[in-house]
Formats: sequence, structure tokens, C-alpha cells
Amino acid sequence: MTFTNSFELLAFHETAYTIYAVMIISIIAWFGYNLTRKEAKSIVRIPFYTYMAFLVAGGVGHHIFTYNTIPWVSQDITRHEVTPDASYTFEIQRHKWIGIPEKVTIQCGQTVEFDVKSRDLVYGFGLFRQDGTLVTQMQVNPGTDVNGILDSNDMLWTFNHNGVFNLTSTEYSGPAQYSEDGKEDLMLVKNFVEVVGCTDGGKK
Amino acid sequence: MSLMKNLVHGTNFDHTSLNALQKVTLRAVVMSFLFFGLVAIEGMIMRLVVTGASNPLPEMFSHPQHYFSIMTVHPIVGIFGSTYQLVFAAFMFLVPFLTKKPLYSVKLANAVWLLITIGTVLAWIAAFVWQYAPMYTLYWPLPADTIQFNVVGGIVFIIGVALIMLGTLGFIYNIYATIFARVGVHKDKTTKELLISGFGIDGMLNLWHKLTGKPPYSKEPALALPVVAIFRGTVDTFLDAIVILSAGILVLVYLLFDASGAPLDVGAIDALLYKNYFWWGLDLVADGLVLIYVAGSWYLLATLITGQKLFMENVARAALMLELLVSWMVWSHHLLADQGQPEMMKLISGEMVTAFELLTQGLALFITLVTLWKARPLKMTMELKYLLGGLVGFGLAVPAAIIQADMGMNRVLHNTQWIIMAHVHIALIVGLYMTLYSALYVLWPIVTNGTKMFSSKMSNIHFWMYLIGGIGMGAFGGMAGLDGMLRRHLYVNGEFNTLMILAAICGSMVLIAWVIFLLNIVMSVGIKGLIGIFLPAHDKTASYGIEPETVAQNHKA
Repeated sequence: MTFTNSFELLAFHETAYTIYAVMIISIIAWFGYNLTRKEAKSIVRIPFYTYMAFLVAGGVGHHIFTYNTIPWVSQDITRHEVTPDASYTFEIQRHKWIGIPEKVTIQCGQTVEFDVKSRDLVYGFGLFRQDGTLVTQMQVNPGTDVNGILDSNDMLWTFNHNGVFNLTSTEYSGPAQYSEDGKEDLMLVKNFVEVVGCTDGGKK
Repeated sequence: MSLMKNLVHGTNFDHTSLNALQKVTLRAVVMSFLFFGLVAIEGMIMRLVVTGASNPLPEMFSHPQHYFSIMTVHPIVGIFGSTYQLVFAAFMFLVPFLTKKPLYSVKLANAVWLLITIGTVLAWIAAFVWQYAPMYTLYWPLPADTIQFNVVGGIVFIIGVALIMLGTLGFIYNIYATIFARVGVHKDKTTKELLISGFGIDGMLNLWHKLTGKPPYSKEPALALPVVAIFRGTVDTFLDAIVILSAGILVLVYLLFDASGAPLDVGAIDALLYKNYFWWGLDLVADGLVLIYVAGSWYLLATLITGQKLFMENVARAALMLELLVSWMVWSHHLLADQGQPEMMKLISGEMVTAFELLTQGLALFITLVTLWKARPLKMTMELKYLLGGLVGFGLAVPAAIIQADMGMNRVLHNTQWIIMAHVHIALIVGLYMTLYSALYVLWPIVTNGTKMFSSKMSNIHFWMYLIGGIGMGAFGGMAGLDGMLRRHLYVNGEFNTLMILAAICGSMVLIAWVIFLLNIVMSVGIKGLIGIFLPAHDKTASYGIEPETVAQNHKA
């Protein structure tokens, strides 16, 4: 099992968490009801150490599961050893993208590096599908090294599905990101990324 | 008695019968619930704005300066003005009550609620008047960005936050001075014994002695378990106060230099390092003191409601010690989307140590449930209902956060409505507040000298509306997060309209529930009684003499 994009992951997550939420609410409700009944008997006995082992397995197993099913985890950890198919570097200053390409076209399956630098505030870099769902994101911190060169905020992303994605900042950097009436996000770049060449189900 | 008589005089509340400790407790409780109302209104304004252009609010609420200034003070009012006040009030009453010693200083307790109230109001004014809106996270250098924000507004805001932190330090001093006072039952105890008990080390040693076949290290620990939790949680409260205070001083220095016409270079402060420092401190609230205080409150409530000893008390004591270490090492889960953050810190602090919270909180849940189960049948009192509601809240909220504290999930959930709604709001509104409501119902007859609650129907309506509204708002907001809705972004074009309308409906249930609760309280104590709470106490006693065990007898079926 591998999630090829965030859409699949989020759909899985929504289902799994909803089941869990219904379960925990039901258990406590059932528990509360039986607390008032003298004749109530335990249906199952949960030994303490089994319960603790379950929690440990849940906590650790969750990360093992995601490491093995979400491809961008290992890719992110080893990103400095990976040669990307394409690389884009640009900056942000006073809520404006500087040196940003008009449009980025990516072939299906390509791994692309985005390196974004901030000249003043903390921003975010986020790609969104046309329906508003999040493709990927990172924080963009300002700062320079001792030589005054702006700090990198770099990420790799492999695109496995066709789509046209919008770009905006995912971190709050003050009200100046918006028009005065709030109706326009001034950092929004529509149709910034287009991925082509994938099959309908994703990948080549 | 007519409704009007109730409104003026209450049921049988007599404020002149209250001693100094009871009065100072109730003062903070009153302020806390007033701030809760303010925060609920603020929350509803923001919920309505994001429902889109058809919302009934004046257009100015959709303007970014206005919207984000509300968003900035919302957590300040909610967490400090309301939650801190309520928790501090409860603990400054409970520590003397449980240790059977007087509170170190009632004057200091009065200063605490006054400082927090004034500080919260100042922060609110800074946002309302000058629209100072750097958010509670204060990511450097945004709070010192005088191009976007008014300097005076910034200075007023920081002074407000500083006053809140000074009030917090006053609370901490009062609690420790009371715990370490060698009077009453602690007359013959040494500071070392109290320290060992306070950190939960005696519980750990008891477990070790049991494993190695030795007699228990301590048959009768110096401090009751809830006091241990208060002691432990207050360590994090202290560290958090120091971090926020120091960050505030840093911002204040920059703002003052800016106001003097000689601005300092904001680039001198490393933004990522600052983020680490600030989140280390701020996370001690979310993942430190809240979890510890809540665990301690669950243990206390379970023992008071059942009248029985806590199940696995030594394990609970030891777990509180473990939580100390865990809470200091988990802040990196807030920086999983920061690419400059070392990968090892993301892995160890952000993922692995954070996952321990599932263990510590799961343990508290287990111990509380088993303690209740062993004492059945129990009457389904209001306090028991709220306690179960609190357990549901954390049962939902903790895994929601653990899921996100993962490098894979964080890439698509960071800064979305998922974390703020499915985790933070459910943890606070449902988990924490329902636990606090439970404590309120347990302590109500003690703190008010047996005042009858005006209406149990209103209590029940409050419970159900609050529970359903709280979970519903968190759930719909969380779903919007999964659909890509960011948490600190302005959406005025109805982008997530359906889910936001549903969240707003649930949010209004929480707001209405608060009105019903407040009305019930006012009808119980009366307006005269409410004013009387703020008048000086004739009885200067700083303790409360009822044995905790007697409270439990009222709850047995």
C-alpha cells in the first residue's frame, strides 16, 4: 500500500479517524450507561499491560506505517542526496513573490525541488488543487548566513497525478497578505503548477 | 420564589458566610466565565466571517486587520483570561483543601486574578483599538513589524501579556509556598520529602521496591495525588511563563527602539531559533501543564465521585514524573514543516517523544475509567457526566494531534483547520472545559457553602448543547482542514461554505450553552450575591476544613 498523492492520504485519514471517533464516543457512552447499573458486567477484560502495549504499538506503529506508505517522508529526510529533475528558486519580500516563474510545467513522475527564501517575515509555501485541497507545503523562514546569503527553505516533491495547482502562503504573515476588503489573497498565484502526462489513475 | 427574586437574591446563596479563600476563588471563577463568553462571541464572529458573503455581520469584520486582530486575542482571552483563571482559582482552593493547610496568601491570590484580568483586557484593547495582530505564536519578526502594526498597539499588547505572566508567577509562588509550608499535616515533613512526593518520585520508588520485593518506600505519600499533579504541572507553568515573558521583553525592546526613532535590526534574531525557543515554552502549555493538570483533575474527580482510592495510584504518580520529561521534549512537532529544522529533532522530539503522550494520556484515561468502574453503580450526577464528557474530549483530541505529529501527515495537515479545530478546540472546549465543569459541580457546594443550583434542567441542557456543539464544531472544522482550509487564512468568498455553516451552527450551540450556564449561575447566586463576591470577606480564613472524603458520600447511588 502506497499513497501516491495527498488526496489519497487525506481520504484514508478521514475514514480512519471517523471510525475511531465514532468508536471512542460509543465506548464512553456505553461505559457511562453501565456505570449506573449494578448488574453491569465487563464484556471484555482489558489487561493493563495489553492496553499499554496497544498504545505503544499505536504510537510507534503510526510512524512506521506512514514511513512505509507515504513516499515523501523518506524523500524529505534524504532530499539533499537526491538530484531533482527540476529546481526552482525564488524569494518573498513584503508579501510578494520575487523571481517566480510565470508557470511551472511538470512531467508526470518528475521530482521537483522548490527552494524559497524570505527577505523579511515567516511565510509558507503551499500548492493547492483547484478544489482547494492541499497538495504540499512548507514553512518559509527568513534569515541569512554569516555571509548575508538568504537561508534556504527547500523541499522535494514528486508529482504523480495530473493537475493544475495554485500557490499561496500557508503561514500567516500579517494582514498585508490580503486586499483591504479581505476579498483577495495578494499572494495567490493561480495555476502556478501544471502536471501533465499521467494516466487517469495517476502515474505514467 | 419568583424569577425576579431569584435573579436578585439567588437560591440560598449568602456571600457574607464565605471566607476569604472562598471569595477569592469565586472572583476568579466569575472573571473566567465572563472571558469565556467573550471568547465564544469572538469565535462565533470568525466562524460567521468564513461562511462567506451572506453572513449577517457588518462588512468590517471581514477586513483583514479586523479579522486577524480578533484571531490574535481569541486565544489570549480564551487560554489566559478564561482557562488560566479557572484553573488557578480551582487549584488555589484545592491545594489548601487537600493539604488541609491555609493558602499562603489570599492577597497574592487576589493579585493573581486582578493581574490576569487587567493583562487580558489590555491585550484585547491593543487588538481592538490598534488592531495589533501578530497572532499568539508571535513568529519572529512579525510582532516587531511596525510597517504592518502600530507601535503603541504592540507595546500595550506586550504589557498585557507580561501582566498575565506576572499573575501566573504569583499563582506559582502561592501554590509552592502553600505546599512547602511546614504546618498542619506537613509539620514534621522535610522539604526533601515534599519535593520527592511533588515530583512523583515516591510513586516510582514504590513501584521499584515492589518489583525488587522490598517494603514500600512510602506507605503514605506526603502529598495527595492531585496535589502532585498540580505541583508537576506548575513546573511547566513556570517555564512557560518565563519563555513567554522573555519573548515579550524581546518584542518590547524592539518596539521601544522603533518608537524612539532608532529601530534595531530584526535580522539579528534567528527566526528558526526563536521559533524553537518560543514553541518549547508555548508547548509546555498544550503538552505539559494542560495534560498534567487534566490528569490530576481526573484522578481527583474519580476519587471524589467514587469515594474510593485511585486505581494504580503508584503508577499514576510515576507517570506524572514521566510526563515531566515528555513535556520538555516534544516541541519539535510544531516545526515538522520547517525545512531548516534538523531531521533528527523532527524524528526524535517531533515524532517519537510526542507519541509518548498517547501513552501518558491513555494511562490517565485508563486509571480514571477503572476507578469509576470499580465503584459502580454510581449516580449519573452532573459532575460524572461532565467528567465523562472530558474523557471523550481528550479521547478525540489527543490522537488527532498524534496523527499530525508525523512527517508524512504534517505535510498536508500543518497549519490547516484540522489541528486547530479537531485537536485544539476539542481538547479545550470539550476535554478541558468539561473536566473543569465537572470540578465546578463537585466544588460548587463547598465553595458556596451549600448553595442550591437554580435549575438542574438548565444544567442538563448546558451539558448536551455544549458537548454536541463542541464536538460538532471541532469535527466540521477538522473536515474543512482535510479539504485544505488553512487555520490562519481569510476566506470571505464562501470557499468552505457548507462545512463552515455547520461549524457555525455547532459554535452557536456552545455560545447558547454558555448563556444558559451563566443564567443558571446568576439565578443561583443572585445579582446581589454576585456583587457580594467582590466585597471584602468578613472571615479572613484562608483554608477550607471539610474533609475531601465526605464529598464522595453524596455521589454513591
